[in-house]
Amino acid sequence: MTTLSSTQASAAARSSSGKRRAGGVRPGRIAAHTFMIIMAVAWILPLLFALYISLRPISSTAKYGYVSLPIGGLTFANYVAAWSQGEIGHYLINSAIITIPAVIITLLFASAVGFVVAQVKLRGRLVLLIIFTAGNLLPQQALITPLYRIFLSIPLPSWLSSSGLMYDSLFGLIVINVTFQLGFCVFVLSNYMTTIPGDIYEAALVDGAGLWTRFWSITLPICRPALAALGTLLTIWIYNDFFWATVLMSTGSKRPITSALNNLQGQFVSNQNVIAAAALIAAVPTLIVYLVLQRQFVAGLALGATKG
Amino acid sequence: MTDTQRRTAIGPDAGSAAPTPRRRRRLRRLTKRDRVLLIVLLGIPLLADLAFVWFPAVTSVVLSFTSWNGVGAIQPWVGTQEYKFAFTVDPQFWPAVLHNVIWILVFGLIATPLGMLIAVILDRNLKGSRIYQSVFFMPVMLSLALIGIIWELMYSQNFGLINTLLGRTGGDAINWIGNPNLNLGAVLVAASWRQVGYVMILYLAGLKGVDTSLREAAQIDGANPWQTFWRVIFPVLKPINVVIIVITVIESLRAYDIIYIMSHGTVLPGLELLSMLVTQYIIGQTTRIGYGSALATVLLVISLVPIIIFLVQSFRKEDKA
Repeated sequence: MTTLSSTQASAAARSSSGKRRAGGVRPGRIAAHTFMIIMAVAWILPLLFALYISLRPISSTAKYGYVSLPIGGLTFANYVAAWSQGEIGHYLINSAIITIPAVIITLLFASAVGFVVAQVKLRGRLVLLIIFTAGNLLPQQALITPLYRIFLSIPLPSWLSSSGLMYDSLFGLIVINVTFQLGFCVFVLSNYMTTIPGDIYEAALVDGAGLWTRFWSITLPICRPALAALGTLLTIWIYNDFFWATVLMSTGSKRPITSALNNLQGQFVSNQNVIAAAALIAAVPTLIVYLVLQRQFVAGLALGATKG
Repeated sequence: MTDTQRRTAIGPDAGSAAPTPRRRRRLRRLTKRDRVLLIVLLGIPLLADLAFVWFPAVTSVVLSFTSWNGVGAIQPWVGTQEYKFAFTVDPQFWPAVLHNVIWILVFGLIATPLGMLIAVILDRNLKGSRIYQSVFFMPVMLSLALIGIIWELMYSQNFGLINTLLGRTGGDAINWIGNPNLNLGAVLVAASWRQVGYVMILYLAGLKGVDTSLREAAQIDGANPWQTFWRVIFPVLKPINVVIIVITVIESLRAYDIIYIMSHGTVLPGLELLSMLVTQYIIGQTTRIGYGSALATVLLVISLVPIIIFLVQSFRKEDKA
């Protein structure tokens, strides 16, 4: 405690010359910085630790433990092993096959419902909104028992599903991801669309624009920012799905990457270094979004929260 | 087109007592083609939502009154027998409920205040706040399965960072995941690693939307930063607070992935959760649809509390309009 206050005092004295910041008492600022630095280091540590393990040969970590100098050097061998033996590429493709159509269809469906709710002003639109919004908030496990049986009883043509069923098919996972995410997007988009001024539509109506034109050519372009934000959010959420793919898919090789991590954990049970590498490869698409589209992602979350 | 035809096509609302002139105008503009389109735009998503979300949810409740084992016709009807089994016999049920409650409490009383604190600090334009924000935000984007794997490395008994820092890597190594007294706490640390960032980003969004004049007015009135926050800013953030409450409870009830990964697919003592038990009874060794559904219904009923809070807050205003 005494050391803390003395460092605060000396730091305050040091920075007394620079008075550019108006808000906040200076010791408070130092305390804030100290707190944030400690927290940030603690927060980044697990990731760096995983990265470090993934770059070290198993022979070295088995002998010296994870927390040791890089004796035996650093290597990409674990990544190569994860990629070739773990067939990560294959699982990533599965993820893409599920995620890309699911995101597009979800946005399309949600815009359609949002448009109808916000602009056509049907009686009962509140009930509609509640059906979608509440549906999205239910815990997946509360639905899974009947859903599992439903998926088992819906036949699909063989070109759509090699199992001949909705269960254990990529198509089935697209369907459930779309329907489950729909609610949140309907909620956000209908809120967003309500804010579109009516004048825009009035003008189009004078020109004789039908419902489709009003939806496709007027509403959707206006909603582009919201769609971009939601699209980013959905991409991450669907890519990160673990539960649906674990329960509604039995063939390991058909699974998307996130749920396949569980199989990989079994496959490389004696080599955590390869698992760390596999996990970090699985995080690469997420990292790309994080680096390039972080703003969109945050905007999507904010859309859902601040309007609530 | 006659007026009656229009009314039937539009649905019950056209017959309502006094439609506002504005609405009348809108509806008259819908041609037959537009009505078909309307049905398609609304119908397909609605049908999907009803079929794959609401129908299963309701069916869960119905099945919970049976003792169906998944084979043959759905029978027999056993009333509340499965619930009685859960409440009085099943040794895993009450621990699971307790663990779900602990999960909610840790998220609500530790992760949320921490995320809020970080958001408040970052909102004051601390130097480097963008970097801090990115650091805390990173885990939010990772899947909970991935987070489970990353933290397994941290908790590794012989090699892990945590046991190494504690100097417990030898014969007295701590088994963080295997020890039923420690594993829930260990998993919650990992889950909070993500939750803190989630809460932070939501509060940041909320704080950005707070009118700066509010804060200035409070300062002019002589309020210190602590008072300004709790008496002025926090009440304005009510919508965000409700969202956070909802997320806290829902995420706690849904918790599954991270446990599944860290306990390698089995229900470990100390890590029982309702979500884990439900799935255990439908895809596990013993199929007990009736019992699994009863557990799912318990989960459903608990989740209705935050859902209703959220719906009331979100749609109350619109109802009046």
